[in-house]
Amino acid sequence: MEKRSLPYLLLLPATLFLCVFFIYPFLLVAWQAVSQDGALTLEHFRTMAGHWKFPTAFWNTMLLALAVVPVQLALALFMATLVTRMEKGRDLVLYIWTIPLGISDLAAGIIWLAIFEQTGFLNSMLVGLGAVEQPVAWLGYQNKGTIFLAVVLAEIWRATAIVLVILVAGMGLIPKEYHEAAEVFGASPWKRFTRITVPLLRPSIQTALILRTILAFEVFAVVIALAGTNFPVLMGETYHWQFNLQDRHVAAAYALVILAISIAFTLVFLRTLRVPREAQI
Amino acid sequence: MTAVTARETAVPAADIRKRGRFLVAITILILSVWVLAPIYLLAINALSSPAQVNAFPKSLVPGMETESIAFFLGFAGVLRALGNSILVAGITMVLAIGLGAPAGYALSRFDFRGKDAFRIMVLMTRAFPLPLLALPLAVMFIRTGLDDTAFGLALVHTTLALPFAVLITFSLFSGIPVELEEAAWTLGCTRFQAFHKVVLPLVLPGIAASAVFAFVISWNEVFAAAVLTIQNRTLTAFLLQNINVSPMHLKFAGGAMLVLPALIFIFAVRRYLFAMWGIASR
Repeated sequence: MEKRSLPYLLLLPATLFLCVFFIYPFLLVAWQAVSQDGALTLEHFRTMAGHWKFPTAFWNTMLLALAVVPVQLALALFMATLVTRMEKGRDLVLYIWTIPLGISDLAAGIIWLAIFEQTGFLNSMLVGLGAVEQPVAWLGYQNKGTIFLAVVLAEIWRATAIVLVILVAGMGLIPKEYHEAAEVFGASPWKRFTRITVPLLRPSIQTALILRTILAFEVFAVVIALAGTNFPVLMGETYHWQFNLQDRHVAAAYALVILAISIAFTLVFLRTLRVPREAQI
Repeated sequence: MTAVTARETAVPAADIRKRGRFLVAITILILSVWVLAPIYLLAINALSSPAQVNAFPKSLVPGMETESIAFFLGFAGVLRALGNSILVAGITMVLAIGLGAPAGYALSRFDFRGKDAFRIMVLMTRAFPLPLLALPLAVMFIRTGLDDTAFGLALVHTTLALPFAVLITFSLFSGIPVELEEAAWTLGCTRFQAFHKVVLPLVLPGIAASAVFAFVISWNEVFAAAVLTIQNRTLTAFLLQNINVSPMHLKFAGGAMLVLPALIFIFAVRRYLFAMWGIASR
């Protein structure tokens, strides 16, 4: 009897915790978004969608994810391939490449601010080389393009490491024999990569894509640090409504939008990159 | 044209391999510089005097002045925010491991009904933008008196760290053969004694690594911290809320302050990073 109840006893604290602080709050936020003084209403969604910043914030967030995530996946695949073929110094290189893993998005924003601000290192270099005469206001409100680029670079710099770690861990699980067999049959390195590594890496790629896309939709502090309010994103607007405008209903509506796109993309990745049980290693 | 191709094909295979290896080494070096250079640039700013930080053009050598750091640490509220960050991250660490490790143990050692349901719930947390939890919880916390407290924020951060703690400890416990425990039982140990004397010493380093991981997750979190704290800001919340009004040297010193512990921690747990993610990502 004790043996049968033990696993449940061990799971109980974590389960209770997740019910109270994960499932219940999400129900609560959904209710906040669609209710006013206890009655159902779509007013908050109308307020949200009617505000001029909403479409900008929505598309900025989407474009950022679109610009950042594919580059991160490609770069991480490239880095993982390089590092798994290394013999000497592998640990050191992996340590260096995973450093950004421990850096918060706010710190990453501040780091790239040091480069892109008007008296920053990029302008110092360009003026030093004589490429521009006056320091350029890269992050000024009139330079939307360079703001976008700065945020993209900061995000790629900061969060490629997480994809890399997942992929390197996944590559470690692929049996060496597959590569050796392919090599014996004369498959080129590129062929081995596309025919063996990538297909067998699918579960890891799926995880990395889901994780990264959801984090990309949550982009917030990097943008605040680099652009302030010049570049609205969904999470920043959520914060703005909650904190500055003190309207938690509209903030909740924003939260539901972020939640909806996160779940939608998760489902898409789960479906398109599904790995049949028989094909798993 | 034909002469060139002829000469190229004449290059021995060993030479091509050597060139290839050189190319790989250069690429690895460039990628390492890409990761390290921005951190170095931040370090230059943090180690320069305010005047040097705001000067133009910038030098690529730090001024080796502690003025900016001293100004930052002396700035009203910074030390308190630093203390809050450590406190919140500490509570998160204890909660995440305290709640997560038993669950990880149960998942690795028992087959029982509802196991899959629990796993799905843990994995589901991944599809949700968890910092948003801060919004509804802000209301709940005001009702229960947890608003603007380190403990309240730590609860939210624990939701972020708990799924990791469960999956990581699950993989750690799965790595210890169950036979070791069974041997201890036959020698007269109770289940608890066997766990305490045999399993625990073996998994302790890994548990410590995942605790460090939980600490870093909380230390770095910005959104929930900024929403849930007003007086008791953590360092990230403090920097964020002052970011529009802070002078540059304050931002850079603050950024460096955020980065430094994270660097040390990642260095400390680097051995476990891949083992942890290998399993946690399945």
